[in-house]
Amino acid sequence: MSSSYRLPTGGRIDRGKPIVMRFNGREISAFEGDTAASALLANGHHFVGRSFKYHRPRGILSHGSDEANALLDVDRGGNRRDPNNRATVVEAFDGLSLRSQNHWPALGFDIGAVNDALGSLFAAGFYYKTFMWPQAFWKALYEPLIRRAAGLGIAPTTPDPDRYEHRHEHCETLVVGAGPAGLAAALAASEDRDARVILCDEQNELGGSLLHDITSIVDGRPARQYLEWAIEQLQVRANVRILTRTTAFGYFNHNHIALSQRLTDHLRQPPSDSPRERLWQLRVGKVICATGAHERPLVFAGNDRPGILLAESLRVFANRYAVKPGQTAVIATSGASAYRSAIDLRAAGLDVTIADLRHETDCGPELAAALHAGVEVLNGHAVVCSRGRSRVSGIVVAAIDAAGNAGSRRVLACDCVGMSGGWTPAVHLFSQSRGKMRFDVALDAFVPETSVQREVSAGAARGIYDLSACFADGYAAGGALNKAVQASPSFVGFKPARVLEGGGTTTGEKAFIDFQNDVTSKDIKLAVREGFTSIEHVKRYTTTGMATDQGKTSNMNTLGLVADQLQMPLPAVGTTTFRLPYTPVSFGTFAGVNRGRLFDPARETAINDWAAARGAVFEDVGMWKRAWYFPRSGEDMRAAVSRETKAVRSGVGIFDASTLGKIDVIGPDAAEFMDRIYTNAWSKLEAGRCRYGLMLNEAGYIMDDGVVARLGPNRFHVTTTTGGAARVLTHMEDYLQTEWPDLQVFLTSITEQWAVIAVQGRYARDIIVPLVEDIVLDEQSFPHMAVRSGLIAGVRCRLFRVSFTGELGYEINVPADFGESVWQALYESGRRFDITPYGTEAMHVLRAEKGYIIVGQETDGTVTPDDVGLGGLIGRAKRDFVGKRSLALPAIKAQGRKQLVGLRTDDPKLVLEEGAQLVGDPGRPVPVVMLGHVTSSYFSAHLGHSIALAVVADGRSRLGSLLYATTPEGFTSVRIVEPVFLDAEGVRLHA
Amino acid sequence: MLEQKAHMRRLSMLDGRREIRHGDHVLLRILPAAARFVLRLDAAGLERVGNAASLKLTQPINHWLAFQGGMSVRLGPDEWLLLPAEEDLPADAARLESAMADQHYALIDIGHRNIGFELVGIAAADVLNSGCPLDLGFRQFPPGRGTRTLLGKAEIVLLRLPDVTGAGGPLPAYRIECWRSFGRYVYDFLEEAARQHATSE
Repeated sequence: MSSSYRLPTGGRIDRGKPIVMRFNGREISAFEGDTAASALLANGHHFVGRSFKYHRPRGILSHGSDEANALLDVDRGGNRRDPNNRATVVEAFDGLSLRSQNHWPALGFDIGAVNDALGSLFAAGFYYKTFMWPQAFWKALYEPLIRRAAGLGIAPTTPDPDRYEHRHEHCETLVVGAGPAGLAAALAASEDRDARVILCDEQNELGGSLLHDITSIVDGRPARQYLEWAIEQLQVRANVRILTRTTAFGYFNHNHIALSQRLTDHLRQPPSDSPRERLWQLRVGKVICATGAHERPLVFAGNDRPGILLAESLRVFANRYAVKPGQTAVIATSGASAYRSAIDLRAAGLDVTIADLRHETDCGPELAAALHAGVEVLNGHAVVCSRGRSRVSGIVVAAIDAAGNAGSRRVLACDCVGMSGGWTPAVHLFSQSRGKMRFDVALDAFVPETSVQREVSAGAARGIYDLSACFADGYAAGGALNKAVQASPSFVGFKPARVLEGGGTTTGEKAFIDFQNDVTSKDIKLAVREGFTSIEHVKRYTTTGMATDQGKTSNMNTLGLVADQLQMPLPAVGTTTFRLPYTPVSFGTFAGVNRGRLFDPARETAINDWAAARGAVFEDVGMWKRAWYFPRSGEDMRAAVSRETKAVRSGVGIFDASTLGKIDVIGPDAAEFMDRIYTNAWSKLEAGRCRYGLMLNEAGYIMDDGVVARLGPNRFHVTTTTGGAARVLTHMEDYLQTEWPDLQVFLTSITEQWAVIAVQGRYARDIIVPLVEDIVLDEQSFPHMAVRSGLIAGVRCRLFRVSFTGELGYEINVPADFGESVWQALYESGRRFDITPYGTEAMHVLRAEKGYIIVGQETDGTVTPDDVGLGGLIGRAKRDFVGKRSLALPAIKAQGRKQLVGLRTDDPKLVLEEGAQLVGDPGRPVPVVMLGHVTSSYFSAHLGHSIALAVVADGRSRLGSLLYATTPEGFTSVRIVEPVFLDAEGVRLHA
Repeated sequence: MLEQKAHMRRLSMLDGRREIRHGDHVLLRILPAAARFVLRLDAAGLERVGNAASLKLTQPINHWLAFQGGMSVRLGPDEWLLLPAEEDLPADAARLESAMADQHYALIDIGHRNIGFELVGIAAADVLNSGCPLDLGFRQFPPGRGTRTLLGKAEIVLLRLPDVTGAGGPLPAYRIECWRSFGRYVYDFLEEAARQHATSE
């Protein structure tokens, strides 16, 4: 490596740990402690990418997370590649591979750079204006072209190999930012050892500006020593948690703060057990925003040329990373702080000239200090433009007299430029917290004024730039009032500068406001001329302030320019809203562990593993996995379902019904409660008997259904649909707690206490007889819709004589941990009858043959009991029940409501599509009046033809008539029939 | 309360899953099958029973008390989760039943509804906080606290147990109860959250 770009001493890099990285395939040498940006600069690479729209050569602009230019594609190895990384925050390690973006075929020779010459075509809002016609071209041609030409990096195509984690945490104080103010705040807040303090900083080490301050003396010690002392103090305090590489990116209500912590991106070999990133969700007593400030670029023609950086960033690269950014530097400034950069660069061996917009009389002690250090200072000089191609070679400056008139120009040859247009407090988090800001004219910036949450801003985040004052402000924010820290005075103050035009004669070159979006001063002016006067509209029209940097460097220059153009005071223009995230956050961080098997709980029954071992295919029902069908070798779904349904009709089947919701309803008012919740009458139901219950919502529409058993005078065993279990329990609790607190009833979910095994078919009794004790099973003693308690296979059970198939059947409830064993016992007992396990699909077919509805399939939230032929389940003598009043509404009783019917196709093999629309006359012009739709449709192997259930307007009066159903091939005729296809008399139930 | 006559082994959803141990940082143990009951008593019922049935019911909401080796967790004004040490609670239940006579109460066997875990270690709270938004600070959620809460997308009941003595000092300990069908998710979630502590042994 050429050592001419690396200073011989200094910096926080570890010179004992040299590393090799690649940039566009070429080796570059660096040290541990470097960032990608400092490594590139140390190898003489200023030109590292091309811009978004004009494909102009771009270099590194800043040293931190506000970087707008230097976006790199970073490959950390092992399919760990992602685009749009800011070079300034990518930590260097051996083997890291970097690539520049947004150019073709090469960084140095890029076809897209022609856009720069055609700049007039790409003015603000060009895509709203240019690609309007012909309209069809937009989707096919313009949009794909624009997307390919613009845009940033290329998204990775391989699955992310990394792991991510979420963490919730609480603390009394969160300090965001570990610069001077943040450190002081954390020290003060953690004095109370019972108070939990979290100090987070986006950088790899604490210190903020102290990390590159090589001249200040703090309390008698060099700044870096003071920093070490402060960190030691914090580290030994058990109540302090320090999070580096951690960005507070979101500020929500009730001091809920989101942090993104990067754990492994700086490691060559990340430990396999460590997450790559962690999302912290903090609930905080008090938030201290010590988020610092961002330096503003100066807006002049060609201000984006590689080699032109922010002035403070030049200082950082020299002091913290021991990078020599060039031989001859020009510091173009309108303020005092850049003098410190000039002095430090001079000390690093560069020739330095300051071109300061301010006149001598406007300057403070910084002027004498610079002159004393051997820096040439040109006061009252504005930058006209830069010279050079892919690297700055000079700066043209013009003298400005006191009246603002430009005088003679001169060219300052240089190979790097530091620009400073003053500072903007980083009020992003404060703004996200919904705090109110105030425009401070002296600071030329918006600063926090009124907090709306328990929050306080400290230090540069509220415009305090002097080092001593920052410490004092931080201590005060942390609760230590009047704590003084003596530090060397800082050079502060600047003269706001909007656009430097050097007397109005422009070179025709662009002066950039927003580097990342290629927004120029002309674009802003054009937008205002075209009538965009709201700053929010200007932002969206020109795209300034968007993308990964979110306008950190451009915001105030945009606001200032818009205010000038509108001839309005800046506060009247206002500011755009700051939204999360403060800096980009990976999708992985948001996703956390919620992927793969942890994406959602997969609820499994006690019989799940038995079914899985039998090759069952499962379907999702809510969160549950349910056995859908049990294919034998060579069987497709239809063949398996046909076999399973036939087995139940002609022999016996066994079915896992464990997912049904179950609620134990207990109390002296249990029957009264049931009367009010369900449409049916329960008071007269005897203990030991079951009843099919129908539940409505307040609107009178069917909400849920299920068989309910009365176990005793004060106790009901309620079953609900699988998907409705939680909803029904909540609905019941809601009424119990808010409407009827006088009722003495307790509800307990017992869904998971009981495994439920349905044995259905003519041999069902024969199978359970040998296993059951304490229950007499004959028809008279234990008829259909009865419930008994006893033992089955030696296990205590609640035995229901119920059927959802139309066959003789039992639903056997056993404690869930015995579910599989009892299932096995039943299966063994059923072998002599060729017992067949069947899944949910066969269950659906079997119940449809009998015309039994499924809530959510035949009903859609707008269906009344009468609509599905269940009007008889309404207890008419009851004083009230949920939904009763609505059933009396005229609309519910009106003609033309859709009613449940059966459908038969002419072609017995044709299975209609569920959801297919039904019309009376398909020959009518579109739109044809739709009379209803198919709700359930199957092929019935037992009946030998297809069957369907449908809801049709006045359907019951249309029995026997023909309708037409849509199919993918066109209309097909269907005949309306009764919705019961089998055994309407229910003979089989009582076999 | 007798739920079986012949001997039949209870099969857990977590059979085949092993305990997880990362030194003193994390020890996740799957608790063996156990008895559990939900007890519901209104204010009048509580006054009538008090602690008479030796069940320990008068603690504040979201606290648990030990009774005869078991635990009684008060989850609400009228709701307790009883975790007896034995497979059954015949003596206590009988006393409760006689104390309540014809009064309004509910004692529901949910021994098979729940699955239990014990999580011990320096990092136990961190592991839980991967999916549980509660403040588990040592002062905020000390031993004796117990509450219904969330772990990821599963509802759990979380109890802070007395600290366990480890090689390097006391280790915080928790009991987690969830419904059985969420058991595998909860185990997998905790395993994943604990993994990062594998290297910190």
